[in-house]
Amino acid sequence: MTVITKELPEGDKYLRGTPGQTIGPFFKFGLEYADGPYVVPPYSPGAVHISGIVRDGKGFAIPDALVEIWGALPDGTPNSERGSLHRDGHRFTGFGRSATDDEGRFFFWTREPGATEAGKAPFFAVLLFARGLPNKLHTRIYLPDDEEALRADPFLASLTAEERATLIARRNEDGSLSHDLWMQGEKETVFLAY
Amino acid sequence: MAEAQQARKPEEMLASDDFPPQSTINAEIAEIQSKFMAEKDSGVREELQTLYDFAPYRSSILRHPTKNPRLVDPEGIELWSPAYGQRDVSEIEADLTLQHAGEPLGQRMTIQGRILDGWGRPVPNQLVEVWQANAAGRYIHQRDQHPAPLDPNFTGAGRTITDANGWYKFTTIKPGAYPWRNHQNAWRPAHIHFSIFGSKFTQRLVTQVYFPGDPLFALDPIYNSIPDQKDRDRLVATYDHDLTAPEFSLGFRWDIVLTGKHATWFEPEDDH
Repeated sequence: MTVITKELPEGDKYLRGTPGQTIGPFFKFGLEYADGPYVVPPYSPGAVHISGIVRDGKGFAIPDALVEIWGALPDGTPNSERGSLHRDGHRFTGFGRSATDDEGRFFFWTREPGATEAGKAPFFAVLLFARGLPNKLHTRIYLPDDEEALRADPFLASLTAEERATLIARRNEDGSLSHDLWMQGEKETVFLAY
Repeated sequence: MAEAQQARKPEEMLASDDFPPQSTINAEIAEIQSKFMAEKDSGVREELQTLYDFAPYRSSILRHPTKNPRLVDPEGIELWSPAYGQRDVSEIEADLTLQHAGEPLGQRMTIQGRILDGWGRPVPNQLVEVWQANAAGRYIHQRDQHPAPLDPNFTGAGRTITDANGWYKFTTIKPGAYPWRNHQNAWRPAHIHFSIFGSKFTQRLVTQVYFPGDPLFALDPIYNSIPDQKDRDRLVATYDHDLTAPEFSLGFRWDIVLTGKHATWFEPEDDH
């Protein structure tokens, strides 16, 4: 194992990363915390409920997945507030964590992010982990309302209509958002690499 | 589809459908890894450290993407990370041996190291979470029901915040090997799960650290979902006698590099 003690200047050699491994079956006692999904208190001003089901290649709900969301402030500014572990009911940190229940469902109470850059549609950055998934998966959940912004977004425009549909949440009549994550199959979610 | 078939109970999903012998798993691992290394050597394969499509790990069969991930430039919020600070986690949470009235059973140990980004810069003030089995190889999770004893003095979960120079340290009990039902007589090498935040959301890492010389390495489909031995070695802590405390605990060192990217990389010069 390499022990690196010197700081490497930018442009110099880039280190090989530490590889990821599955989160395994028993992560809940290590990672779950009561306030994880409650990025803001339910029904507080500006709060939105977002939920969905994580599904496998046969469409079965996955009861041992973990979903994390990370969103900008409503005006699009990145969030630098501390306090994601111990919510104080006031500070908005933008980070949420939800383990799926036995029906495969995750949920969050949070606020809708604004677009972080001009010409881009607003989205939540999303991470998916699960027993049986050998490493993390990155994706995004875009807000569905501003169709013009969605059409103009360069990344979304590079996708087929079917692919795009896997990244855009559905707005329900009560104002909440629904968004399922498909790990495999015809409706497979578009996952991202950087 | 889902609606037509009744989904199984979560407990029933922990055993694989075909439940093959170890020899079958070994042969599958060898075939996939040799094919990967041959492709890597000939340059036809895109760099990937952990294989998503790795059937020897049976529960991955329906749980890995079949399409290539979209290569994108991280934008907006992806270039940032949730903020943590020294006061978000109390110091005692980094000591898994102090969470109950009595001392847990097993070999007391420490594991410590630095968290760095791909340029070798420390990752300060970020959250590190760990969870593990006890000395008998039993998880406290209610769905782990194999007949090894629970330890009333050991939960097996902890967290800490990296210091200004990216250092973390945990005190715990060395976990035992853990039996599972991926195949017949399947045992996981002793490991501690780590969850780590970087300076950017793209650098987020969940992984497992192992202990040197474990005889179960060659038999384990999860450890071997990383096809390159050099990468697997990055998940094995180093025993460091200078970190061992006399008459108290064994010391292990494990450094972590968060890159958040698949692509271009170089071996550090002092890696041999």
